[in-house]
Amino acid sequence: MKIAVCIKQVPTREWQPRLSDDRTWVRDTEISYEMNEPDAYALEEALRLKEKHGGEVVVVSAGPSRVQQVIREALARGADRAIHAQDDALGRADAWAAAAAVAEAVRPEQFDVVLTGLQSDDQGHAQFGPVLAERLGMPHSTIIMEVLVADGHLRVKRELEGGWFQYLSMPLPALLTIQSGINQLRYATLKGIMAAKKKDIRVVTPDAPVTSRQRVLSLSVPQKSKQTAMITGSPADAAKELVRRLREEARVL
Amino acid sequence: MILVIAEQRDGRLNRATWEAIAAAQQLADGDEPVGVAVLGSGIDAAAAELAAADVSSVWAVNHVLLASYTPDAFVAAAADVITALSPSHVCLPHSYQTRDFAPVLAARLDRALITDVIGVGRRDGAPVFTRPMFQGKLVAEVVAEGAAPHLVSCQIGAFRADAARRGSGAPVIAHVPVIDSAALRQRAEAPFQETKAAVDLSQAERIVAVGRGIKAQEHLTMAQALADAFGAELAASRPICDNGWLPMERQIGSSGQTVAPKLYVAVGISGAIQHLVGMKGARTIVAINKDAEAPMFEVADYGIVGDLFEVGPALIAELRKG
Repeated sequence: MKIAVCIKQVPTREWQPRLSDDRTWVRDTEISYEMNEPDAYALEEALRLKEKHGGEVVVVSAGPSRVQQVIREALARGADRAIHAQDDALGRADAWAAAAAVAEAVRPEQFDVVLTGLQSDDQGHAQFGPVLAERLGMPHSTIIMEVLVADGHLRVKRELEGGWFQYLSMPLPALLTIQSGINQLRYATLKGIMAAKKKDIRVVTPDAPVTSRQRVLSLSVPQKSKQTAMITGSPADAAKELVRRLREEARVL
Repeated sequence: MILVIAEQRDGRLNRATWEAIAAAQQLADGDEPVGVAVLGSGIDAAAAELAAADVSSVWAVNHVLLASYTPDAFVAAAADVITALSPSHVCLPHSYQTRDFAPVLAARLDRALITDVIGVGRRDGAPVFTRPMFQGKLVAEVVAEGAAPHLVSCQIGAFRADAARRGSGAPVIAHVPVIDSAALRQRAEAPFQETKAAVDLSQAERIVAVGRGIKAQEHLTMAQALADAFGAELAASRPICDNGWLPMERQIGSSGQTVAPKLYVAVGISGAIQHLVGMKGARTIVAINKDAEAPMFEVADYGIVGDLFEVGPALIAELRKG
């Protein structure tokens, strides 16, 4: 089975953003990056599918040259080779533009399964996977918690809201977006890191200019919108006062 | 016209539909009519319920192939109704179902989709949408590029369902979409719950949520008693569910559920953004935390700085007095 897994390089969780001078983006020279967490689960699922069904895992990422950091990490964890859709404009492109660039790069490969995370921790559009599926003419499903393969079909467990789930079946080739927590992540071994240095990264430059479907006019730090009434006194007094105000003021009891 | 695509399951409307209607009415600003389309099979009651909104019309998009949700069927039906109505914008709730089909719909129509919108406004007459970025560390004002319609999905809880204006009874128009059954690639099985006691917290009116401050699993008994005293569902932040102290379905936040109850009582939750995005749409928020600097106090209407093991039992006693 030929499996593609699409990963994004995003700022680390600890990163505190600083705005660029024109306030339409962040100061991206000051960012330290890591693999988007849901994409790490997609990579792990791809590696498990290969272990079970054979084939190869090809890691795909769109972005400037810096994204080879997470490509190397994926190769060190066990992916066989990589495709890098490289363009500086992909660094802040939206999901639409990234899906266009990746579709162009992977189409000739005829993958059986394409996996990616359910959304990115930076822009958070939650669109890349389904848009890529449409561009590749593949059926898809999103927010997946289990992947089963049999007889040229996928049977997947999709997370619904409120503790509900649902199984869906679809023919291969197909695209799935993976939910965090579907599996236990493995980490790169020293051997894996050494092996990754010899693995192939095919760099593809998009033919068409990178074009996003939405434009950021401005970025800002969220405003604190509420006045908090602090209730003091002994626990019993505070409890009495809170309940009174919830009944009489807020009218929620 | 601005078209809202309602969400229903088994004929029952998702409350987030009314939030999308409120957003559409705000976006229209009286200059454009707002219409609603509900997709499914056996949706007469849902359409009748929607007709109470202050909208120009309700389209009941009825087809047997929409009886259980699949992305291919919903994309086909939604594309059909959007092509027929030529709206300027299409508003949807940013639910898991919308996340599943709306990006494909936008791609098939070759139109922009702006997701997870928390505010709508205008600048120089043109619609501007506010959405979080970088896990809520920043908010962005964005505009859609390219031809209309522009698709917009509204973060659950960001708009108030009770702000959706009611009207005098909109006409319900039956619309049978063209769906090619041979083009439907997914086969859906019946939805199920993993645990018998599963709860849809997004529909709860009151929620008591606990975080790391609860310290040990045995203290959940007190938390449950507090929830019972409030007449509330018990929920938690991610660390509690990761520890297995409560099932994942009771997790509130970006990786769990997004809720907008009338009352949200956060007990021992510091208020990391991953949690706040899941509950800041609550109408009244109470924070109880021993750390006066906890970010939860920034979104709270009422705050008590104190030991939850003292304040919790005191609240239970007070509430039981009736």
